[in-house]
Amino acid sequence: MEQVFQQVINGLSLGSIYALIALGYTMVYGIIKLINFAHGDVYMVGAFVGYFSMSTFKLGFVESLLIAMMICTMLGVLIERVAYRPLRNSSRIAVLITAIGVSLLLEYTMMYFVGAGVRSYPPLPGFLNGSFTVGGVVIKNMQLVIIGVSVTLMILLQFIVRKTKVGRAMRAVSQDAEAARLMGINVDNTISLTFALGSALAGAAGVLVGVYYNSINPLMGLMPGLKAFVAAVFGGIGLIPGALIGAYMVGLLETGVVATGYSMFRDGVVFAVLIIILIVKPTGLLGKNIKEKV
Amino acid sequence: MNTTQPILRRVCVGLIAAALGLSLAGCGTNTDPGSNEGTDTIKIGVNYEQSGAVATYGSDSVDGIMMAVDEVNAAGGINGKQVEIVKYDTKSDTAEATTLATKLMVQDKVVAILGPATSGSFMATIPVANQNKVPVVSGSATADKVTVSDSGVQEYAFRTCFNDSFQGTAMANYASKTLDAKSAIIIKDNSSDYAKGLAENFTATFTAHGGTIVGEEAYVAGDTDFNAILTRARGLEFDVVYLPGYYQEAGLIIKAARELGINQPILGPDGFDSPDLLNLGGADALNNVFFTNHYSSLDEDPKVIEFIAAFQAKYSKEPNAFNALGYDTANFVFDAVSRATEANGEAIKDALASTKNFPAVTGTLSVDENHNPIKAIVVIGLENGIQASSEKISS
Repeated sequence: MEQVFQQVINGLSLGSIYALIALGYTMVYGIIKLINFAHGDVYMVGAFVGYFSMSTFKLGFVESLLIAMMICTMLGVLIERVAYRPLRNSSRIAVLITAIGVSLLLEYTMMYFVGAGVRSYPPLPGFLNGSFTVGGVVIKNMQLVIIGVSVTLMILLQFIVRKTKVGRAMRAVSQDAEAARLMGINVDNTISLTFALGSALAGAAGVLVGVYYNSINPLMGLMPGLKAFVAAVFGGIGLIPGALIGAYMVGLLETGVVATGYSMFRDGVVFAVLIIILIVKPTGLLGKNIKEKV
Repeated sequence: MNTTQPILRRVCVGLIAAALGLSLAGCGTNTDPGSNEGTDTIKIGVNYEQSGAVATYGSDSVDGIMMAVDEVNAAGGINGKQVEIVKYDTKSDTAEATTLATKLMVQDKVVAILGPATSGSFMATIPVANQNKVPVVSGSATADKVTVSDSGVQEYAFRTCFNDSFQGTAMANYASKTLDAKSAIIIKDNSSDYAKGLAENFTATFTAHGGTIVGEEAYVAGDTDFNAILTRARGLEFDVVYLPGYYQEAGLIIKAARELGINQPILGPDGFDSPDLLNLGGADALNNVFFTNHYSSLDEDPKVIEFIAAFQAKYSKEPNAFNALGYDTANFVFDAVSRATEANGEAIKDALASTKNFPAVTGTLSVDENHNPIKAIVVIGLENGIQASSEKISS
């Protein structure tokens, strides 16, 4: 039984990280129907910003987290402004290919500057490094921090989207950009804001992962990026609660596969699930079946 | 999708390689790869992973090689000819290693190539070597099938390190006899032949000594989350953990294992030998950790002491096994070049194959009929991440 609880904790902390990345995917998809493949690399940049802020500038965990979120916000807005906005009226495949290009650009630019090897985060202050045991279940403080930070940021995001004026603008643009424009909403700014929010979350995930796993490299965004994408599709891409549920499901699923002794099939199972969802319910768990008008 | 990118790149490299091959076949080959007759220098290729996932293996090997080159050139070269090194970076990419090996042989006309360091990349360059009749020599490609394919020994492939079956067997012997372990759990890197081979050989020997393998878990290179695997391991009863894999993941696994309260001895292969193991794992976790290696800086052999002093003078750091293997590999090739009847790939290959009792830093070695060296192995014990004990086991 304590094994089960331990694995649930592991699954939840993994899921929290996927959730932070998946939210960015799903928000961007929701608003401009683009799968932003560069998103995983924004997360990588966040991890490196956190690394340099902690090791070179000797800043604390919280400051580093905020700085990484800020820089990723700027990066996200910049990417949208430079790479995607000029293609607003192009075909979706053109934008998708641009996204892949941006992803490679970020990966290899980072590799040029920092090298391809792994780096380890500087040792953490006592509290973050510690762990405690409840009835045989070892809980690392960092796991609680990850879950805590993720949930806080997600609640904040939900508040922004549901309760504020800009949030309402975002929802309006995602439903019908043209109509929103006619109602006086600045569509370009709203899209920029979406990229900003998504990238900030990815930056936070990057720092959390760096601190938690103690290993970062310029290609680290690839796999979590794909898993988060699976999570977003799982929950219903474009839907914020869907991304959350999807991410926790993927985290728990991965952990579950390993826990039952099939560690060799872990990634295989995750992607098999993606295929099954795409066949059985292409709109995801929370997605509604909307007939496309021809 | 991002994942298609490496595949695309591989296809591109393949196309380029095919185009190269065609153009060679087409022009009636008046080029003669692997001959330095009539020139003042002996050109040797260095084809190592100097960036990418296993960058430290390649870079460390190259440091050792360059030291050997400087020494031999300062002493007047080989048979009066200076050694000229042509150096490329495989970026830890197998396809890149093959392309660069071809380039070294066909374009740069080297007589022998050192590297790459890992078995997968090294094996990929062997067909090119056999085709162009230029020997390739690795200091650290430990996979069993590196020098022997299904159709017999790879004529132009050599190595200066022991192979995995010996490494896995030696560690299983150490676990059963020295550590008195009765049960073990294996956590292996499922994406590398190296780790899989080690796991197989460890299992065979360990069970032959009456031990049981209580579980076998797998991860893939690049993973960072090992909590689920280790939580599962924690629920089992075992005396030792065998962790065949590379330092990049091993460091993280050891750290996470100790945090979860897995305090049993952790055993590993020579892939642990990197300063990054300490950075990733942390000094607190790296206790009661043992790994098989080619060489230990604790060795009191005068040859080793001399090497360490010279290396420290040149690079201001303690040499690790890859430095030593790089140094040995370069000298092993230089020795063969000096004995070879001609300065071409074929003659050097024959000289390499007939090497007997070559005094290497990593132990005196002779080449057997399968192009494997016969030499001793060392088991190193870590205390707070520092090498604290070493035990030599002869083959």
